[in-house]
Amino acid sequence: MAQPESLLYSKEHEWVKIDGETATIGITDYAQNSLGDIVYVELPRVGKQIEQFGNIGVVESVKAVSDLFTPVGGEVLEVNGALEGDPAAVNRDPYGAGWLFKVKLKDVGEKSNLLSATDYEKIAHD
Amino acid sequence: MSTSTGLRRTALYDEHGKHGARLVPFAGFEMPVQYSSILKEHDAVRHRAGLFDLSHMAQFVLEGPGVAPWAETLTINAVETMKPMQARYNIFCNAQGGAHDDTIFYRLNERWLLVVNGANAEKMWTHLNANLAEGVRLENLHGRNALIAIQGPKALAMLQPHVNVDLAGVKYYFAAEGEVYGRPAVIARTGYTGEDGFELFVFGEHAPEIWRALLRDNAGEGLEPCGLGARDVLRLEAGMPLYGHELTEAITPVQAGLQWALKTSKPEFIGRNALVEQLHRDDYPRIAGLIMKGRAPAREGYAVYFEGKPVGEIRSGSMAPSVGGQNIATALVPKAAATEGATLEVDIRGTRHEATVVPLPFYKRPK
Repeated sequence: MAQPESLLYSKEHEWVKIDGETATIGITDYAQNSLGDIVYVELPRVGKQIEQFGNIGVVESVKAVSDLFTPVGGEVLEVNGALEGDPAAVNRDPYGAGWLFKVKLKDVGEKSNLLSATDYEKIAHD
Repeated sequence: MSTSTGLRRTALYDEHGKHGARLVPFAGFEMPVQYSSILKEHDAVRHRAGLFDLSHMAQFVLEGPGVAPWAETLTINAVETMKPMQARYNIFCNAQGGAHDDTIFYRLNERWLLVVNGANAEKMWTHLNANLAEGVRLENLHGRNALIAIQGPKALAMLQPHVNVDLAGVKYYFAAEGEVYGRPAVIARTGYTGEDGFELFVFGEHAPEIWRALLRDNAGEGLEPCGLGARDVLRLEAGMPLYGHELTEAITPVQAGLQWALKTSKPEFIGRNALVEQLHRDDYPRIAGLIMKGRAPAREGYAVYFEGKPVGEIRSGSMAPSVGGQNIATALVPKAAATEGATLEVDIRGTRHEATVVPLPFYKRPK
C-alpha cells in the first residue's frame, strides 16, 4: 500500500492528518504489517497533554508489545473506542477505520519535524 | 547449513522464503515465526490443517540392548514398558528435580528416536554422553534429518493418499515406519497443537519435495504453512508446557502439573528424591492457568499479585482465539494463589489487571 500523499509521517511509523488545529493519528501500513495481528491498543486518556514524539501508549500484536509515540503534541481530544472491540481494524484499514486518536495541536509548527509521504517511503522498507 | 550470522538453516529454508515467511533466530536456527498471519495460521490448524517445519528440534537415535534400562535412570516417566512403535512424553531432570528438557521417546523397530527441544540440543547431547552406559549407542541427527508436522482435523485425510501406511490404524502417541511420497519416513501421531495430526521424520534431502507436494496436493483443502508464532498460541491453549517457560532447570515437572508423567514406582532416576519430597510436602509454587478479565494481554515476566502482595510472575501469555478471544496466561504462584477460581492481579505497565485461575488446558478439541 502506498503512503497517502495528504498525510505527514514520523520516523516511528505514525501518520498524522492535520485539519486546522486538529490532528488525527494512526500507524502506517508498513507498521501494521511489521507488527502482525494487532490484539490490543492502549491509548492516552482524553484531556491528557502530550508532547511531540512522546511515548503515549502501546500497540500489541500476538507476539509483541510495541511502544506508541505521538507525532505531534497537544491535548488528546478523542480516542478510537471501536478499537477496544476490534483492534484488527488497525491491520485492515490503518489509514481509515484503524485511526488511533485525535489531538488539539499545541503548535502547528511541529509539522516541520515530520516527513512527507515521499521521504517516509525511503525509511519504510524491510 | 549456516550463514554469516552464525544461524543455521533447516532443509526447508528455501521453502519458507517462497511463502513469504518472517524469519527469526530460534534455537540457533533461522525459523519462520509466521507466513501470512499468526491468527490465520492458528485458524487453519484448528479448522483444517497446518504444516510446520520443526527441523530445529534435535533428533537423537538411541541403539543397543541397554537403551531402555539406561533411559529409565535418566527420566521421570517409564521407558521399558513402551510397546514397539509407541511414543511417550518424558522429562529429564537434574538432581534438584528441575527439568533439563522435556522430550518424546519413540520406540521404533531396532532403535529408538529421542526428540529434544532445539534450544536444549547441545545440553542434552552432553548430558546423555556424560551418563552413557554399556550397550547404548547414540547418534545425533540434529540439523541433518528434518521434521515436518501436519496438524489439524483434516491432517489424516490430507496425508493418507500419500503414505503407504493405514493412518487410522496408528493410534495417538504411536508411530509407523513407512513412506511419504515414496520417501522413507517415521510417521508419528504426535503433535504440539491440541489437534489431531502427524509428525513426519524424514531425511533432510527429501524434506523440500515432501513439503511442496503436501502443500500442492492439499491447497484446495486449506492446508497452510504455519510458523512458530501460531504453534506457541496453539500449545498454550492446549495447556502444553514450553521449555524455558513452564519448565526450566528451576521449575520441576511437579510444579508444572505434570505428575501424570512422573513414575515414582521407578526405584531410581536423577531427581527422584527431590520430586518425591516435593510431591509429599505439596507446599511448592506451581503453574496456574489464568484468564484475564480485561483486554490487556499478560506477557512473560509480568508480576502477579495475590491478596495485595506480589507472589509470582507470568510465564507465558497470549490472546487465545480458541478461548473466545480472551487473554490467557500461565503463572508460577504459591499453592493458595493457584486454586481454581482464585482472583489474581497482573501488573501491566504499572496498572493491576484482574485474572481468574482456571484449570488447564484452556482448550480441548471437540471429540
